[in-house]
Amino acid sequence: MERIPILKMGDALLITIQVDMHDRLAMALEDDLTQKIVQSSAKGVLIDISSLEIVDSFIGRMLDNIAAVSRILDAQTVVVGMRPAVAITLVELGLALTGVKTALNVEKGMALIGKQVASARGTSGRNAG
Amino acid sequence: MPASSHSEISAIIDANEQQILKEWLEALRQGASLETGRIKEPELNTQAKGFFSHLRGALREGGLDVRSRGYETLRSFLAEVSRTRALKGYSPSETAMFVFSLKRPLFDAAAKSADASAAAQRGWEINQLIDELGLQTIESYQKVREEVILRQQSEISELSTPVVKLWDGVLALPLIGTLDSARTQVVMENLLQSIVDYGAEIAVIDITGVPTVDTLVAQHLLKTVAAARLMGADCIISGIRPQIAQTMVHLGVDLDVTTKSTLADAFAVALQRMGRTVVDVDSIAGRTAR
Amino acid sequence: MVETPAETLPISSGEDVVRVRQAVRLRCVEAGFSLVDQTKMVTAASELARNTLDHGGGGSVLVETIHLGNRRGVRLTFQDSGPGIPDIARALQDGFTTGSGLGLGLGGAKRLTNDFSIESTPGQGTRIMIARWKLT
Repeated sequence: MERIPILKMGDALLITIQVDMHDRLAMALEDDLTQKIVQSSAKGVLIDISSLEIVDSFIGRMLDNIAAVSRILDAQTVVVGMRPAVAITLVELGLALTGVKTALNVEKGMALIGKQVASARGTSGRNAG
Repeated sequence: MPASSHSEISAIIDANEQQILKEWLEALRQGASLETGRIKEPELNTQAKGFFSHLRGALREGGLDVRSRGYETLRSFLAEVSRTRALKGYSPSETAMFVFSLKRPLFDAAAKSADASAAAQRGWEINQLIDELGLQTIESYQKVREEVILRQQSEISELSTPVVKLWDGVLALPLIGTLDSARTQVVMENLLQSIVDYGAEIAVIDITGVPTVDTLVAQHLLKTVAAARLMGADCIISGIRPQIAQTMVHLGVDLDVTTKSTLADAFAVALQRMGRTVVDVDSIAGRTAR
Repeated sequence: MVETPAETLPISSGEDVVRVRQAVRLRCVEAGFSLVDQTKMVTAASELARNTLDHGGGGSVLVETIHLGNRRGVRLTFQDSGPGIPDIARALQDGFTTGSGLGLGLGGAKRLTNDFSIESTPGQGTRIMIARWKLT
């Protein structure tokens, strides 16, 4: 069965969704990613959806789930590159993705994760001292 | 003998050309309101003579069938006359009168015939011919007006949706005038696309120039803010008037949006979030001097 | 202008849902929909196709281009012979779900389209029709 590749970039995992996903593929991604976060002890997950022409409630739920699971595993999820038409449609659909952080592109998303990781280290350092 | 009807009409026109033209021009002069200065007499003469010669050609080539190829030049000539009149602000009936006022002179010429029944038949044919040409005139007139309206609509929507760059990564959308649901939608799509194009992280929607915001428009605004957030950009709404603030509260919307009373305040917040600040040049100069 | 004739597509697997999305996208482009309108219609199609698969046990969709005067639109009719929906009003509420979704499928599809109608007989199946018109 085909799989969506998960790349490691520094502290973060990068997923670029480039195909029109059917539901099983989306569920497989959720599982794979959870495994990978634990294996690599990543601090951030970056999901690039700039190629996606639609995000329906199923994909929306997948993004929400990934964010929730990552949070428990101490990783920050950022969804990047959502197209305007997709965003308008999602809002109309009633999906706010409140648990998910967003950024305009991969670069800004990486910067956001970097900032989060740095501030988390800063806090834990202070706590230790 | 329908085959020769048109040639008989042609013959009538040939025989009475000067008389018909003279009477028609007289009628046109009365109907064209020359005194308003929208059209000059020489132009009117040229139009009438042009029409007349094209009509004779059309009768020869296309008989009495206005929709045939033989009438093509006459139709396009009429369309041009309608176009210039529509643009000059003529009413539809004023425009159609150009053709209809030819009816009487043609009738009179046909009535001169010795054969009464033939005269009646020609009269009926002339009547139909002029009516059809008149309708064509009105159709062209209508088309031009519609084109004008469409062009104005697109000009208005372009003019009214200027997304401007305030700073690297900061956009502003100053909204002016009444927002209906359709316009709001266009404006919002524009803004979201500009966010992508400029890579902007913050967009200020300034509604100082918006007199009222109804429930639907307020919802659109909030939806836009939500959509921008999904794309990874923050919106600040500025210039909210007191009664608009009340509308929003009555909507029961928990405004999860940064709002500022003026565009200047919103800009200051945007700069702050971008890690920038505006300082007084003199105070810096003074400090370095000391 | 050439217009694709109406077509019926089966919905019996996840891949079929993807194919429905693609067919609806093409149809919307052909009808001259704006990008946002295309996206709304394709998303609504995706929601309903998944409903047909997950709750109706599979079925089919009729995809057609429709006309009303000068206006053009796209109409989709989803049909299944599943268990049916006993309480339609409740099924249309956001958050209501019998499956594993967010419960936004029906209500969301309704919000994303101009026309929406639903007929369902418990034990016999469900028929849902949606249509969206090109803005003029």
